[in-house]
Amino acid sequence: MTKTLVWVEHDNVSVKDATLSAVTAASKLGEVHLLVAGKGVDGAAAEAAKIAGVGKVHVADDAAFEHALAENVAPLIVELLGSHDAFIAPATTHGKNIAPRVAALLDVAQISDILSVESEDTFTRPIYAGNAIATVRSKDAKKVITVRGTAFEKAAREGGSGVVEAVASTGDKGISSFVGAEIAKLERPELTSAKVIVSGGRALKDAETFEATIFPLADKIGAAVGASRAAVDAGYAPNDYQVGQTGKIVAPEVYIAVGISGAIQHLAGMKDSKTIIAINKDEDAPIFQVADIGIVGDLFKIVPELTEKL
Amino acid sequence: MKILVPVKRVIDYNVKPRVKADGTGVDLANVKMSMNPFDEIAVEEAIRLKEKGAATEIVAVSIGVAKAQETLRTALAMGADRAILVQTDDEVEPLGVAKILAKIVEEEGPGLVILGKQAIDDDSNQTGQMLAALLGWPQGTFASKVEVSGDTVDVTREVDGGLETVKLNTPAIITTDLRLNEPRYASLPNIMKAKSKPLATKTPADYGVDIAPRLETLKVGEPPKRSAGIKVADVDELVAKLKALGVAA
Repeated sequence: MTKTLVWVEHDNVSVKDATLSAVTAASKLGEVHLLVAGKGVDGAAAEAAKIAGVGKVHVADDAAFEHALAENVAPLIVELLGSHDAFIAPATTHGKNIAPRVAALLDVAQISDILSVESEDTFTRPIYAGNAIATVRSKDAKKVITVRGTAFEKAAREGGSGVVEAVASTGDKGISSFVGAEIAKLERPELTSAKVIVSGGRALKDAETFEATIFPLADKIGAAVGASRAAVDAGYAPNDYQVGQTGKIVAPEVYIAVGISGAIQHLAGMKDSKTIIAINKDEDAPIFQVADIGIVGDLFKIVPELTEKL
Repeated sequence: MKILVPVKRVIDYNVKPRVKADGTGVDLANVKMSMNPFDEIAVEEAIRLKEKGAATEIVAVSIGVAKAQETLRTALAMGADRAILVQTDDEVEPLGVAKILAKIVEEEGPGLVILGKQAIDDDSNQTGQMLAALLGWPQGTFASKVEVSGDTVDVTREVDGGLETVKLNTPAIITTDLRLNEPRYASLPNIMKAKSKPLATKTPADYGVDIAPRLETLKVGEPPKRSAGIKVADVDELVAKLKALGVAA
């Protein structure tokens, strides 16, 4: 049976949702082990051990792993893969940064952003901005995989009884260091795990209008706020709001696209949403081809009225 | 310092790809091809580093069919100094590309390799990281700012939730995110000049690298189609629909 090591995405004290989808993908292959790497990660390790279906939880607590620098964590993962058959990471920025480094060190190909596990060596993944789905079979003995979070159910956070085991540090390779971070303050649900998303596009005119139009609607319904690349590039919204091929991939219950035309790069990031609602004044906008519910009209009239009536 | 910039010829980002009816892939016959958008950003960044005096020479590399020459000429017209085409009709996976690039790095000895973060055809997002692994170099992926100072380079990275900055010892690998810069257009005189810049043609065999694919593509299909939606006439109707979806009380 396949023994899979899953990269745990965490903030030292708790496990992030992206991990839970990766655990579900791993469970389709066989035995699931976790890796919690970082500095001062007892909280995250304890949470990880409770995830349903988890066997061993490897904990690597060392300053070298504090910021998940790929140069330092990849050798650790390679060592652990001596006794595992596969490595799975959620397709977060950490996962995407680390997994290919691990794959190359093992001399195996990586299967990026999988949508499904067809068998122990066969997977589906989106290519061409999600305009095609490829079914690929890996010929490598060990598998290195990243998982699209929105494509897999989240494993339950409770009910597991994983065995926590400390692993020795592989040390700091001394070729890179963390300088600092600017983490955007989030007053709303996180984009990739939100049930409802309100997203704004270029039609919002400027940052003030974006905030004044989109935020009240989002807050009224407890939604996360997203943006198209056009809105981000124009400076209406910070870049971590971006939904699309090059931004975040989301699949909420309800996605409300406001003033977004629906370029293929944007659709790649949201077309798996359960219900898509489009508000746009151009009735020929491509967004209406994927929208379940559309309304043609001036967003500056519709959105405030909608906010008030909800 | 020399900078190596790998560039890939891909379907133009404005073209909607069509899946072939026989399920073998995406139809690329008579489709407009261009330089991968992230690679344009990589070329631009290399040129800016040269303009600032941080780089002395820019070598553009592409691995692919003979027509990838056009992509290299575009890089030369933007400001790259010379180009290397590793010509092959086989599809080369990121691991194979990284192995060839590692050999070229050994020959050329660049201080930085700047790649796009992902190609918009296979959407893998692997090559830069794999090259860094093979060389044992540090990696600054998803870069939105690059500052070279002495033997180190500070790279600001776009990460989930915001930005982070890492300091890398050079030589290093950088992969570009969209907001790193706005690539320049090649002017007509520069396009003319690019025709006489050196372009060496090689083959994967010249580098003695095994590029046999490790992944077998069994099928390429259309994504599930969404069923046709409805249009509502006014906000009241939209409110009713949203309430039915449980979005509001």
